[in-house]
Amino acid sequence: MTDKGLTSAPLSPPGDPARAARRDLKVYLPWITTPALCLLLVAAWWAYIDVSGISAFILPTPESVWHAWIGLLQSKRAWIDTVMTIYATLLGFLWAMAAGVGLGVLIARVRWLEQTLNPFIVASQVLPKVALVPLFVVWFGFGVTSKVLIAATLAFFPILTNTVLGVKSIDRRHGDVMVSLNATRWQVFRKLELPSSLPYIISGMEVGIVLALIGAIVGEYVGGDLGLGHLLVARMNAFETDGLFAVMIHMTILGSLFYFAISLLRRALIPWHESAPRGTRNV
Amino acid sequence: MVMASAGPLQDEIASGAAPSQSLSAKGFSAEGLPVIRLDRVEKWYVTRDGPVHALAATDLVIAQHEFVVLLGPSGCGKTTLLRMIGGLIAPSQGRLQVMQRDLWKGQTRQSNAVSDLGMVFQDANLFPWLTIEENVALPLELKRTPKKQRLSRARALTDLVGISGFETRWPYELSGGMQQRAAIARALSHDPGILLMDEPFGALDAMTRDTMNIELQYIWMKTRKTIVLVTHSITEAVFLADRIVLLSPRPGRIDTVVDVPFERPRSLDVQMTERFQTIARDLRHRLAENA
Repeated sequence: MTDKGLTSAPLSPPGDPARAARRDLKVYLPWITTPALCLLLVAAWWAYIDVSGISAFILPTPESVWHAWIGLLQSKRAWIDTVMTIYATLLGFLWAMAAGVGLGVLIARVRWLEQTLNPFIVASQVLPKVALVPLFVVWFGFGVTSKVLIAATLAFFPILTNTVLGVKSIDRRHGDVMVSLNATRWQVFRKLELPSSLPYIISGMEVGIVLALIGAIVGEYVGGDLGLGHLLVARMNAFETDGLFAVMIHMTILGSLFYFAISLLRRALIPWHESAPRGTRNV
Repeated sequence: MVMASAGPLQDEIASGAAPSQSLSAKGFSAEGLPVIRLDRVEKWYVTRDGPVHALAATDLVIAQHEFVVLLGPSGCGKTTLLRMIGGLIAPSQGRLQVMQRDLWKGQTRQSNAVSDLGMVFQDANLFPWLTIEENVALPLELKRTPKKQRLSRARALTDLVGISGFETRWPYELSGGMQQRAAIARALSHDPGILLMDEPFGALDAMTRDTMNIELQYIWMKTRKTIVLVTHSITEAVFLADRIVLLSPRPGRIDTVVDVPFERPRSLDVQMTERFQTIARDLRHRLAENA
């Protein structure tokens, strides 16, 4: 039945109910497969604990992780940690945006500036940025400043390189249009350069926001007594492996929310671009 | 559909024609008013292998309402010539005037002379982040025309070029021919007296190209713009032009100027007539001699 349906698919008319059903299935498939796979994963996890008799310190049961996470959600202290991490991530990200987009536009436009700065950019990109964490703690203390800085440092480079790429990818023929229309420098920036490089900048932001979160968490590992990174280390030191898992889940949800926010931005700002979902493009 | 747009467009054309009346009072007849004048205009390009003579000293006068086609093989300087008139590249030598105003002072473009020019390129070059009507209205937006006014103007123009109903679409949703129609509408939106077209239909298939030639003739008759069009298609040149300026390469220079006498509106059938064939054949021979 399905075999026949598949081979005759190109011939069936648009109104064909079987074809419509298959299209619906394609749309809803992730809504079925994702929970199913999650359940399967949890079942395998449970089965492994059952069969191997592994210690709860090494691998806690899904049930105890679930309870630990609920406990986390009910703990006021954990929410303070969450807010601190969000704060460091967002502030660092905003600094990275300002510096990355600003410097990126300059570098892409001013040839000698690019040539002068390029060796330093490459060198600092090659340097593992998390190596700076201890230094930042020495310089800026155990407060939130060092976390913001490390988040900004990590998020800066993908935003910078994508901005440079975006500004350099502007179609010269579009530039001709603006010249022939007698556009001012500001109009060229506002009407051509900015919208044209926006898809690139948003791609940089997508990478940048996740890196900013990583930066903030790594910063919290090393210094201070606040933030989800600190909470994670505290759980490890207390040998609360289920709590460790709970904080990891918490961080994953946070990261997903950040990423989702940037995707929303993509839909809102560049509905005309290939990367935007189909539904929003055919307005 | 097209008639509906005639009102506002005709009005604006009438107001756009006002300066020409005052100029004709100074002794030009309306027909012969020179809107583009080239005096020994010359172009050298500096390349790694030394200077290249792209266009030898050229004189050319184009009158108001004229449809002039610059025809020639690649490398004959026809696009260079058009881009100099359009204010995109500076001439190395000579004097270039648009509507009696110098377009270039040295390497600096005089912006007041550019406003009388509308340019259409080989590719539609629509901005993908603007809808069709926003693209068409872009020149007006740059001139800070109020939004309501520029959108109504955009609608009248999409009507004129035959793409009404697509105003709120993105450029990628339109075919190549329709995108080029939108590009023509954009070039007309600030109501310039002169339309410069650089191989506007070169990227289109032959059938669409025929349609676009007929449409362009219609737009030209309706708006009475001066059109300078670059092409390497002899048929297109003879079909569209009042006057064909034939260029030859190395260095680019004007070879001959041919008047095309057919009455307007011309239908595609005119291409079958003997006179058409004769003009086309003469041009082809001339091109072959210079190649």
